[in-house]
Amino acid sequence: MATLKDVSQCVLDGDLDEIKVLVQALIDDGTDPIAIINDGLIAGMNIVAPLFKSGEMFVPEVMESADTMNEGMKLVKPLITDEDIPSKGKIIIGTVNGDLHDIGKNLLVMMMESRGYTVIDLGVDVKEEAFSAAVKEHQPNIVGMSSLLTTTMMKIESTIKQLVADGVRNQVKIIIGGAPVTQEFADDIGADGYSDDASTAVELCDLMMSEQNSPEELSA
Amino acid sequence: MAKKFTKVAYTNLDDFVYGSCPNPVTTKSGMVIGGGVVYPEINFTLPGMDINDVTMPKAATIYSNIIEGVLKRAAELYAPGVLIEFETLPDFTEHPKYGIEVNRILLNGMKEASEKYGLKTAIRTTPNDLREFSRPPIMRSGKYWETMLELYEQCAKDGSDFFSIESTGGKEIHDSALVKADIRLAIFALGILGCNDMEFLWKHLVDLSNANSCFAAGDSSCGFANTAMVLAEKGFIPHVFAAVIRVTAVPRALVAFEQGAVGPSKDCAYEGPYLKAITGSPISMEGKTAACAHLSPVGNIAAAVADTWSNESVQQVKLLSEMAPIVSMEQLIYDCRLMNAATVNGQQLMFRDLLVRSDSALDVQAYVLRPDVVMRISTELVKTQDNFLRTKLAAQLTVAELKKAIIEGKVKSDKRDMKWLDKMEKAIETIPDDPQEFYNEMKSVLDMDKFIPSEYGI
Repeated sequence: MATLKDVSQCVLDGDLDEIKVLVQALIDDGTDPIAIINDGLIAGMNIVAPLFKSGEMFVPEVMESADTMNEGMKLVKPLITDEDIPSKGKIIIGTVNGDLHDIGKNLLVMMMESRGYTVIDLGVDVKEEAFSAAVKEHQPNIVGMSSLLTTTMMKIESTIKQLVADGVRNQVKIIIGGAPVTQEFADDIGADGYSDDASTAVELCDLMMSEQNSPEELSA
Repeated sequence: MAKKFTKVAYTNLDDFVYGSCPNPVTTKSGMVIGGGVVYPEINFTLPGMDINDVTMPKAATIYSNIIEGVLKRAAELYAPGVLIEFETLPDFTEHPKYGIEVNRILLNGMKEASEKYGLKTAIRTTPNDLREFSRPPIMRSGKYWETMLELYEQCAKDGSDFFSIESTGGKEIHDSALVKADIRLAIFALGILGCNDMEFLWKHLVDLSNANSCFAAGDSSCGFANTAMVLAEKGFIPHVFAAVIRVTAVPRALVAFEQGAVGPSKDCAYEGPYLKAITGSPISMEGKTAACAHLSPVGNIAAAVADTWSNESVQQVKLLSEMAPIVSMEQLIYDCRLMNAATVNGQQLMFRDLLVRSDSALDVQAYVLRPDVVMRISTELVKTQDNFLRTKLAAQLTVAELKKAIIEGKVKSDKRDMKWLDKMEKAIETIPDDPQEFYNEMKSVLDMDKFIPSEYGI
């Protein structure tokens, strides 16, 4: 008989065929779909994340695990409403105006999704106004911006100015990253956080979300 | 009519050294690249700033200060000559008037240095490949294609010595191949999309250079193999995958030479030793002195058969001693002095082998740059003239070479390397020899929203 632990292990192993069998078996046994998600699929990804951080797993293996989780989610999702799907928070991510580099950004998207975040990926060469419009439309907790060039990093600043001008800056936390970007630059332009790779960016978002959800923050 | 390379350019491995090659190139100022001396190649970029009509005067002043500073230091250190690379920022290619203005500033600085110090210089102009700004990329027409050609043509007319580019054909698919460590997808992106685009692009660049007394120098697989190297350095993908991608990118870069490029190939094309082995043309390389731009596991070995030695890029920022480009200039000159002194002393081969030995056993990416490995694989690659088959073969040979080296203890390896090499070997074996058949097989896994087949002639 399949168990939630088997599902977690299957996600860790990245076994796309086996996950379908296991999740379907649990559904047929009447296991709570939310438990399958939280204690099986996402629990598996929660094992993957520290292994990746410690260098024991490569990105392709993390992606296989994420794909496996998503394959399991496909079977569970029809059984629950969208509101019931657990989400750690919502983040909008994009590479700024004039910049096409997106490997780091795409890694972050994949890792955020696999850690249970709802991610809206705006893509590359995202204009300042597009970031602002997306904040208004999706009401995210966090906005993530990436730049790989010394000239386009200034577009991060102009995007923050756009968010301020449109009155939505204070609704969100802003994290930034990319080769020329530093903590000092983040401080100078008024970003809330900086990360030098996708893995630590996820931890930064976790921290921001926990602060946002803390009693002190909630009462503020 | 494209050139064909049916045999390697060297019969004796001991002749495969830095500073000289069978087909040297002479610049307008008389520098003979590949003629016996290794020259420094300096590259630089702006500090963080916007580029627009308002800020361009400031950008122009910064470039003017840089060229004046680096060439003054080069003269003070008695450099035998300096190759300058102007690798444009995207705004400079999108708005050619900006790029043309900066190129002229650099040419003017070179002229002044010649008059003032008698310093020989040459310039490589490297516009950006902005075709990927259209998503999916439009590779053969449109605004970005036109502005790129406009910039090339005017810069050549103004006096540039060399054309280069880090072209991006197939990158939209290759990026996915890298993060998935999917060698089949990588071979499709490099061997079909990349090679097809290189044929189209470099035919145009060679025609343009021939019409304007300029040399078509060469391309770089920067967006492909260097991205792999950086991802491997971060621990995101296996080092063996990055090493295999490096050599798998060779046939793509070779297409520029088949179309008429003559070198020196682009500095960040670490696949350069293979190009030199096959074409006999000079190459530019970068290693330890490019750590200002990015880290690498090939700091010394990259210099082993280099003809120009580059810093890749550095921002105009102040360091304790001087502005960063001047610091880079000094470091490059001293590196070159040492190599050239060894040559004069009859110790060139010994010095080459020290550069090789100091790196090659420590990382698989360094191992595949060993001159003997380069020559062995190159000798096999020239036996086929089909770009796709050559790409598949490059991957196959590199996997076999690395497996053997790891088993024999010739190179340090991660405990997971053999698993990844086995995985790649099996995946490559499943690739058919017919590119159309392979394309048909790949259709089910390709994201057809990401690329337009007709833009690649398929």
